[in-house]
Amino acid sequence: MAAVLRIENLSKAFKLGFIPRTKEILRGISLSVDSGEIFGYLGPNGAGKTTTLKCVLGLIFPDNGLIEIFGHPHLSLEGKERIGYLPENPYFYEYLTAAEFLDFYAQLFGLRKKGREEKIRSLLRLVGLEKTRGLQLRKFSRGMLQRIGLAQALVNDPELLFLDEPLGGLDPLGRKEVRDIIIRLRQEGKTVLLCSHILQDIEMICDHVAIIVSGKIISQGALQDLISEKILFTEVTLSGLAFDELISLGEPLWARGEKIFLRVLHEENIEKLTVLVHGRKGKIHSLVPRTETLEDIFVGMVKQE
Amino acid sequence: MKIKAIAINTFREAIRDRVLYLLFFFTVVALLFSRLLAMLTVGDRVKIIKDVGLASISLFGMLMAILIGTGLVYKEIDKKTVFTLISKPIQRWQFLLGKFFGLVLTLFIMTVLMSLIFIVIVFLHTSKIEGRLLLAVLFIFIELVLITAVAILFSCFSTPILSSLFSVSFYLIGHFSWGLETLLLKTKPGPTKVLLQGIYALLPDLENFNFKTEAVYGLAVQPKFYFYSALYGIVYTFFILMLAVLIFKKRDFV
Repeated sequence: MAAVLRIENLSKAFKLGFIPRTKEILRGISLSVDSGEIFGYLGPNGAGKTTTLKCVLGLIFPDNGLIEIFGHPHLSLEGKERIGYLPENPYFYEYLTAAEFLDFYAQLFGLRKKGREEKIRSLLRLVGLEKTRGLQLRKFSRGMLQRIGLAQALVNDPELLFLDEPLGGLDPLGRKEVRDIIIRLRQEGKTVLLCSHILQDIEMICDHVAIIVSGKIISQGALQDLISEKILFTEVTLSGLAFDELISLGEPLWARGEKIFLRVLHEENIEKLTVLVHGRKGKIHSLVPRTETLEDIFVGMVKQE
Repeated sequence: MKIKAIAINTFREAIRDRVLYLLFFFTVVALLFSRLLAMLTVGDRVKIIKDVGLASISLFGMLMAILIGTGLVYKEIDKKTVFTLISKPIQRWQFLLGKFFGLVLTLFIMTVLMSLIFIVIVFLHTSKIEGRLLLAVLFIFIELVLITAVAILFSCFSTPILSSLFSVSFYLIGHFSWGLETLLLKTKPGPTKVLLQGIYALLPDLENFNFKTEAVYGLAVQPKFYFYSALYGIVYTFFILMLAVLIFKKRDFV
């Protein structure tokens, strides 16, 4: 697949303080995003995720490095015509209504009046804000601002979307809706670069990830390659046995009525446990193997760095 | 198209700003007050109305240009609305020009409204519409356009309070720099005169747009003076806008 975004050896430093001191924010970032994938860009606060995005979008000028969007230099209008961007904690023109706001952004892409009206209607429907089209943005809640922000990012039907913390500030239902929209966008053939702290969401929807720590990418690749299939431990809920009898097989964590919750670390103990439960005419209510998650990998890597 | 969209959005922002209405209210009060002053005056009452009226339009127009203009670009950066805008296919100079024209449109409408009230008050006394007064208002507007460009220039790199201070200083210097001309006439040739000439060339001379006295007292003005004053305003505004674009082009939006 062709790379829609290519970043090579990107670096950026800022001068901070009264007596200026140089602080390196990005230290030789290189990454490539292929067409049609959801790319997760992870990192702790202050790692340089947003700075990378700002360099790509022409909001700040990198000291070194190369950025290409669809093969065009990143500052060229050809590339910008085909991208959408939702910033972190979006602030918009609060004196505009939702419809006026989207109309303004649609005009920047040269859309004609008739086309704009249809576009606005479909976007408001997509993000579930059709009933608030006449409401000023100053009266919007944080979650509603996030949704209207997503709508403005989609106003030009972009092929590549940059979403900076798109799930921040949303309730569980809102998070699911936005996640579904992102998945639908991938099905439509769009490419999404997603910065997020919410690793479960990234794990659920991303194809590729890159982890950035202190301005350097420490790991990147396909999600299934990063997460191993190895079982870390198994969580078992059972009844019919005493708490003390289980200590040799695992780590009993709690007991509620007859039910005991046990964490079994070694796979060979699972078989011993099932034999024991059957022998004592007990019952296994659930048995859940826990494999390594993106969170485990992320925490491990950040600590290592 | 893109500049127009940004200009119309800026116009929407400005007309929904309460400061604008507050200043407009004070202008109306000042214009009505000129009638009261005229009633207390012995002699030519109409001159007082004309004088106070034109001065009010000029003063409150300047306050509108500075108070709204200095916040326009700064607010976009401070509230981070500039992030989504610059990521769209627009050039930075288009953004800045859009902001400028949006405020110029707002000031144009405000000047027209203030002038209408002014002309009606004068008409009630003289029963005629004087072209000279309209010409004086036109040059007040040209001055406001220049002040808007200055306010936007300062707004590109400093806070609204500082920008307002800088812009008011520009306005004051601009109206007193003609004093340097008098000083130049009295200075003997030498390094001091060269230095003064250099300073005089750099400093704005906003008195070039002041045709109030001529309008009020009916003094004759050669058409070429109108032409040169308008040209001076256009060139100076263009120069200030170029400077603003150069600064804004290199800015990092952190």
